[in-house]
Amino acid sequence: MLSLVSISLHTFSCLLSLYLGFRFSRLFSFSPPTSSSHLNNFPPLPLSYSPPKPLINPLTSPPRPRPISGRHVISIRPWAHPNPTETLQAHRILSAVQSEQRRRHISPRLPSPPRKFLIVTPTYSRTFQAVYLSSLAHSLLILPYPVTWIVVEPRGSRNDTSAILARFPRLHVLRLSYPGSMPNTWAQRSRVESRMRLMALREIRDQQLDGIIVFADESNVHTMELFDEAQMVNWIASASVGILAHTGILEKDIEESESTNKQSSSLGFPVIGPACNSSGHFVGWRALDTSNYTGKIANFVGEEGLVVPNQFEWAGFVMNSRLVWEKAEGRPDWVRAFSVGGSVADETEIENPLDLVKDVSFVEPLGRCGKKVLLWWVRTEARLDSKFPTRWIIDKPLQITVPAKQTPWPELPPEIVIPTNPTPTRQSLTDKQHSKTGRSSRPRHRSRGKRKRESHMNSS
Amino acid sequence: MGVKSWILPLFLLQILFGKFGIAELEQHTERISGSAGDVLEDDPVGRLKVFVYELPIKYNKKIVGRDPRCLNHMFAAEIFMHRFLLTSPVRTLNPEEADWFYTPVYTTCDLTPNGLPLPFKSPRVMRSAIQFISTNWPYWNRTEGADHFFLVPHDFGACFHYQEEKAIQRGILPLLKKATLVQTFGQENHVCLKEGSIIIPPYAPPQKMQAHMITPDTPRSIFVYFRGLFYDVGNDPEGGYYARGARASLWENFKNNPLFDISTEHPTTYYEDMQRAVFCLCPLGWAPWSPRLVEGVVFGCIPVIIADDIVLPFADAIPWEEIGVFVAEKDVPNLDTILTNIPIDVILRKQRLLANPSMKQAMLFPQPAQPGDAFHQILNGLARKLPHDKSIYLKPGERTLNWTAGPKGDLKPW
Repeated sequence: MLSLVSISLHTFSCLLSLYLGFRFSRLFSFSPPTSSSHLNNFPPLPLSYSPPKPLINPLTSPPRPRPISGRHVISIRPWAHPNPTETLQAHRILSAVQSEQRRRHISPRLPSPPRKFLIVTPTYSRTFQAVYLSSLAHSLLILPYPVTWIVVEPRGSRNDTSAILARFPRLHVLRLSYPGSMPNTWAQRSRVESRMRLMALREIRDQQLDGIIVFADESNVHTMELFDEAQMVNWIASASVGILAHTGILEKDIEESESTNKQSSSLGFPVIGPACNSSGHFVGWRALDTSNYTGKIANFVGEEGLVVPNQFEWAGFVMNSRLVWEKAEGRPDWVRAFSVGGSVADETEIENPLDLVKDVSFVEPLGRCGKKVLLWWVRTEARLDSKFPTRWIIDKPLQITVPAKQTPWPELPPEIVIPTNPTPTRQSLTDKQHSKTGRSSRPRHRSRGKRKRESHMNSS
Repeated sequence: MGVKSWILPLFLLQILFGKFGIAELEQHTERISGSAGDVLEDDPVGRLKVFVYELPIKYNKKIVGRDPRCLNHMFAAEIFMHRFLLTSPVRTLNPEEADWFYTPVYTTCDLTPNGLPLPFKSPRVMRSAIQFISTNWPYWNRTEGADHFFLVPHDFGACFHYQEEKAIQRGILPLLKKATLVQTFGQENHVCLKEGSIIIPPYAPPQKMQAHMITPDTPRSIFVYFRGLFYDVGNDPEGGYYARGARASLWENFKNNPLFDISTEHPTTYYEDMQRAVFCLCPLGWAPWSPRLVEGVVFGCIPVIIADDIVLPFADAIPWEEIGVFVAEKDVPNLDTILTNIPIDVILRKQRLLANPSMKQAMLFPQPAQPGDAFHQILNGLARKLPHDKSIYLKPGERTLNWTAGPKGDLKPW
């Protein structure tokens, strides 16, 4: 009888402590001040839950309890996701830390006051112009230096370029209009671009603009370090440029070219630019050997194939603007006088910036003597006949909607298609429908298929 | 006389402005001064003398010879301290003039195939070493070890066990009751930390860390960084025991937070990533201390210490509250709120303190030893305890140590 009583007492006290432990553990697990329902507050417990022994009741425990051994509760707050205000604050902290780092490590090396930049960019109206020009504009906006952006374009491109540049009122832009049009083969296009850059140089000479000239092509990707290093240029300098020639071709061609392409550095892509010997002296150039590329090299802009750069690209060269002035004090003798007028005969002499100097050995290498790649050379263009709407906005709903045959998107019934705000509605557009201007919306599979067929037709 | 009265104020003014100029230059680091004062750069030479007992090689050289992995793991400080003392100017060959006595016995070098030290023989090894020195020299019996120091860098120090409950059960080895212990384990109100112990950082290989340095102008773009286990799947798969549930709580609360770069991967760029991070988490594991503290300090990443009541290395010389961030284990679910609410100037000050080279030097055990390194901090700590109180010298016939205390297994000779 007694044992029965004691057993029942025992079980009762066990159950009571189980229940109490259950309740007490809620007291010292986290609950936010703006608590949701009580059910939500309760943290998930490990599967075989038993009250940790000894149990700490925060109401009666000593002020600094010793951490107990035994199983603890893994406390998880109900909404275990980032808080946007805190995320913003964290980014502010990161930017404060980084500005302090910049102030301590980079700014001491740089000249103060900072020197002005003259960025020379040739452009023309085409599908990807909006992508490239606006991304270069964003890069220039981040620069902590005063910038004058010299944009050279053929006459026909004015409206499109204006539409893009209108979105960046804070940039100081100098627009030049080149008489002529942009041809559609890569070789001719690079020649016309050289002439456009020379036109900008003539403008700099005539207006006696002061600053550091950086040849920034719109499709290239520039690092901020390039501009930091460019601040220290004396007369003419060159940085290492990484060449990304494989964009726009199918994956199997990449593997083929990589295995046969001995030109590429150990990084897997070729780098052109200054080369130094082990004692840090500038000894020569790393140039591209295009014969190593076995994949199909594109001839026409927008054709499927590799796009390879010339021997010497303008990109990556940085010059003091006084190099091209009529008269400049202290200009060394190894600089050739830039006396290009406006006639075509003069322009054909200068194909790359090294033609502006008589002695190449005076070029200063940037980025730890050319060891750091400071910009990336990319040329990818959409198909020559690709159509794109002005300012990438479709005002009226399209008359004809054709369902795409090869996309995974579900076929929407026509009544849902009509938009209230201007967003592209064509189902063959595989991009997000948020009127994000400047994003290419060609479904690659479809156009590649078409291109393949067309190239077959061309070759046969 | 009229001209001369000009010169003095001009001179004073120049000194004043000159001082300001110097202050501006040195603004990128700050002097570190803890509760014992500005002692990180103290030179222990001349302030103390240490006598190194010559133990038979079975206590030291043979043990290392059997398993040279001991030279690279976190507990290698015991070996390198011995080597440092043998050639240090504080060493004396005359025991009569010594202030401190050092016993070179390597108790943390019995490794499993995986490289983890087994503590089961350590009490016997230590006992055997003490028996040797007490029978061959009179200095142990003179004070019963009160002017002797031992390095016990294992998980729970001189409790010689890796499991906390068992370590608490054993307690500190009774023979070491009076000696000064130099250990990595430090937790307040814990059986395995006795009064007067010197806490040291775990050993981290200095050359390896040096080899992975990147330029300081690389922008710190990771907000919080951590690499390590959250659940110890082998020993505690459900969680709740390992790290008192704190690491598991970290994972569950912040695995979806892009500001927290935390995972169990072993990247080859671990050291480089720490140099690109603002905060590095140092949560407790099975023991509260972790080599991440050393790595964070060396790489300039503010350590976020999540271990209740932990005692950090050289706490009297280094003001850890000003350098790191302390988060209670129960506050782990709020970690993002806590870290983002730290004012920006406080964060920048912590980074300045961390940039102080004497701070980084104090956490390392370089070979050969350099001024201000952890070896010297240990000696400084020992020097600060001098002079010894007269009461440590026992009267003849007085005995307080119980040589037969402890589990039976410890009494077996080694």
